[in-house]
Amino acid sequence: MSITDQVREEVTIRFAGDSGDGMQLTGLLFTNTTALIGNDLRTLPEFPAEIRAPAGTVPGVSSFQLHFGSKEIMTPGDDCDVLVAMNSAALKANLSLLRKGGVIIVNTAGFDKKNLNLAKYAENPLQDGSLTDYTVFEIDVTKFTKESLADMNLSYKEEDRSKNMFVLGLLCWMYNRSLDSTITFLQTKFAKKPEIGEANVKVLKAGYHFGETAEVFTSRYTIKEASLEPGTYRSTIGNDATVLGLVAAARQSNLPLFLGSYPITPASDVLHGLSKYKHFGITTFQAEDEIAAVSSAIGAAYGGSLGVTSSSGPGVVLKGEAIGLAVMLELPLVILNIQRAGPSTGMPTKIEQSDLMQAVYGRNGESPVAIVAPRSPADCFDMAFEACRISLEHMIPVLYLSDGYLANGSEPWKFPQTDDLKKINVRFEKPRKGSNEPFLPYLRDERHVRSWAIPGTAGIEHRIGGLEKEDETGNISYEPENHQKMVKLRKAKLHKIADHIPLQDVDQGSEKGDIAILGWGSTYGAIRTAVFALRKEGYDVSHIHLRYISPSPKNLEELLRNYDQVIVPELNDGQLVRLIRDEFLIPAKPINKIKGSPFGVEELKQEILNVIRTQTLAQEL
Amino acid sequence: MALQTKINDFLNGNENGMVAEASEYTAKDFSSDQDVRWCPGCGDYTILKQAQNVMPELGMPKENIVFISGIGCAARFPYYMDTFGMHSIHGRAPAIATGLKVSRPDLSVWIITGDGDSLSIGANHFVQLLRRNVNVNLMLFNNQIYGLTKGQYSPTAPEGTISKSTPFGSLDHPFNPLALSLGAEGSFVARAMDRDPKHLKEMLLRTHQHKGTSMLEIYQNCIVFNDGAFELFTDKKSRPRETIYLEQGEPLIFGADKDKGVRLDGLQPEVVELNGKYSKEDLWVHDEQDSTKAHLLSRFFEHPAKGSGLLFPRPFGVLYAVERPCYDDMVVAQNQHAMEMKGEPDLDALLRGPETWEVK
Repeated sequence: MSITDQVREEVTIRFAGDSGDGMQLTGLLFTNTTALIGNDLRTLPEFPAEIRAPAGTVPGVSSFQLHFGSKEIMTPGDDCDVLVAMNSAALKANLSLLRKGGVIIVNTAGFDKKNLNLAKYAENPLQDGSLTDYTVFEIDVTKFTKESLADMNLSYKEEDRSKNMFVLGLLCWMYNRSLDSTITFLQTKFAKKPEIGEANVKVLKAGYHFGETAEVFTSRYTIKEASLEPGTYRSTIGNDATVLGLVAAARQSNLPLFLGSYPITPASDVLHGLSKYKHFGITTFQAEDEIAAVSSAIGAAYGGSLGVTSSSGPGVVLKGEAIGLAVMLELPLVILNIQRAGPSTGMPTKIEQSDLMQAVYGRNGESPVAIVAPRSPADCFDMAFEACRISLEHMIPVLYLSDGYLANGSEPWKFPQTDDLKKINVRFEKPRKGSNEPFLPYLRDERHVRSWAIPGTAGIEHRIGGLEKEDETGNISYEPENHQKMVKLRKAKLHKIADHIPLQDVDQGSEKGDIAILGWGSTYGAIRTAVFALRKEGYDVSHIHLRYISPSPKNLEELLRNYDQVIVPELNDGQLVRLIRDEFLIPAKPINKIKGSPFGVEELKQEILNVIRTQTLAQEL
Repeated sequence: MALQTKINDFLNGNENGMVAEASEYTAKDFSSDQDVRWCPGCGDYTILKQAQNVMPELGMPKENIVFISGIGCAARFPYYMDTFGMHSIHGRAPAIATGLKVSRPDLSVWIITGDGDSLSIGANHFVQLLRRNVNVNLMLFNNQIYGLTKGQYSPTAPEGTISKSTPFGSLDHPFNPLALSLGAEGSFVARAMDRDPKHLKEMLLRTHQHKGTSMLEIYQNCIVFNDGAFELFTDKKSRPRETIYLEQGEPLIFGADKDKGVRLDGLQPEVVELNGKYSKEDLWVHDEQDSTKAHLLSRFFEHPAKGSGLLFPRPFGVLYAVERPCYDDMVVAQNQHAMEMKGEPDLDALLRGPETWEVK
């Protein structure tokens, strides 16, 4: 049987198995080799909230979707072309995501009676004819894995654990990928247990050779390099890029960084990541709770550190009072909210961007904070850096709104050099020698920013606190005129930040026209791809994506007024759309999805078309 | 190879900025220009006065001293001290102080808190601070009542306390702050009272001298909502009978005529009269480093005394003081170790990551 070589422009593969089957690692390693050969890509991992849900059941399925191609890839893909199912439950949970005519690669060992029962299949789907719309490759991965390790004297468990490498090897063969980077990874990872490393490499190669020799497959696929902007690239996931952004900001401000954090999904990786970089002058503190986490960061900021706290929605709500304190003290503080589906505990591992209103309004009193939101995994670097810059230069708490999709998703990143990064200007109040002039801790500059007066500075001993303070002196004051003045001043300080952030650009399309699609955060890729398709079909649609939400760029209102219609797609029940209507009195239309998953491109395109049609209809009537 | 940061550079460049030599300070130098606004006769006044009195003895430049408070009457304290200070939010001062001390070990950090602030809303932070043993000083103003909110019972109020929120008497069992501190692995646990300023000042100095979290409970009279709560111990007449002042290496003797003592029968303390049967030599000798004895002392008032039928006196002074590693020291050491192990940080290498590829 001859094997033909076919060229594809884009492919979406979904790896699915039991949460103990190592599908996340398989996906990540395949992503790495894909990035290294120069394809553009996006990924979407999905895992159960339970660490080990009952093995073999549908709730225990963990999956990883990778969309890669030689053209621009901005989303993890709507439907997948290839589904790898390591057991019956994985097939059951994911079949609806496979396009008709797609390829299924199954591990037949996961379709025995026990597995079928656990997945609640009455009949074996491999035998009952229900998969005739697909091309199914049935491989006993478990058996081949054991056979390839027969001479290694490993336990059953150790053998079984490496079966994901067989699948990875096979896919590397199918898509013409070198095994080199994976082998290097395995050797490094198992440096202390070389026999396990060797076993994994053996199984990986066995999978690759199986593709070549088993005469099961008739095609191999090549996906050419994407035409990315020239430069040096690496692969990154959002939470890692966030960590790097913080490290870079500490470096560019020449400040020690203090992270106070309490573990929470999907933000814990920020704590894990930063705790590795202590040699960069970073202190990480795993606090007793969310409140202590933010409070300790405020304490560190008071002492002159770049104070950061990381969490997700349920944690940020607990931090509310302390964030208000930082607003009142006018200290720099960066609060990272890696959002997840709410309310309450909600769906910890599912995707939602529903904490925008919380960020804007979720504190007592008039309590303005700056808000930024990254739009892609790599953009997490830039916006984490910007969050720090704004906070330090404007002495104000900044909320950074990422989400689970950005946190765990990956993309190629044309990373910057240190020399490309902005300097962050920090001004500590200078000591005073024998001066009789009283120190005024709340004296402001032309941006309404007070100076950072840190303990240890002679002659400026002073007290600050959460009680309303008199302008300039900082002394407690309940004077009516003063309170109104201070509330207005704190807000004016926020608005002044607009002079120090970029103007809003149009990502795609013209600067005026029929329709603007206004997005924020992780919906960027889906909106960009949908708008691209709509424009190709002749619609006058433009895409505007906000990264600076509060304050918004100075030209935003003017820009939005250039379009007949503004549509705001969000993964919530309509939050940015309300802010836009409220602030600008623009009748923006919402598109909302609240299903714990990102917009599909086709889905979003149809939703946009629906809004356009309804509008056109209304006009005709 | 210390990582030079702006803070280090800035502070190192400031050495000539000191206004006065630490030794030249008087108590007046620590009094801020703000009017003190506690109720006339409040126990807080003497505590403030003693804190201002002890500050010159710390031998520290005053810009290196920071007072951090939570919420409550006592929490106004920092406004009246001419040092650095922060009046923060309810119960969170220990967490704020932890962040400050860990990032700025050069500072002398004092926490001002009360029974509601530290044993109710902030109880978690209070015990976590003690177990971590952050090198800060904590002054717990205990008045067994909520004063600022005008008279509700507090977590140290005795069962049955009639208050605004408990007109039929409170039902919850109170905390014993010293026993709680010892249970939380506190390395320094002491008690003082507002009505004995000399002893209070002495305890404040001990608090400063101890390396680790120093927990000083101060019995403080709330003249408006809970007047006389500690009268038994503060009243000059009953004090000798009802209190015992602990001195390292000294036997536990009390009473107006020094005629009573505490002895140990195994692990059972008993109050004895020094009138023939027992002499000074038979008594329990105070040892601050003995955690078992400290636990017994902390619970004196919870159990009736065995033996003579006399009541246990309330202990004042340092119940427990041991050296154990401080969290802030260990954080600094670990960061230092990471720098030595990993060498000069290279941001460009970090940004590059393990694998890159070129697009031409």
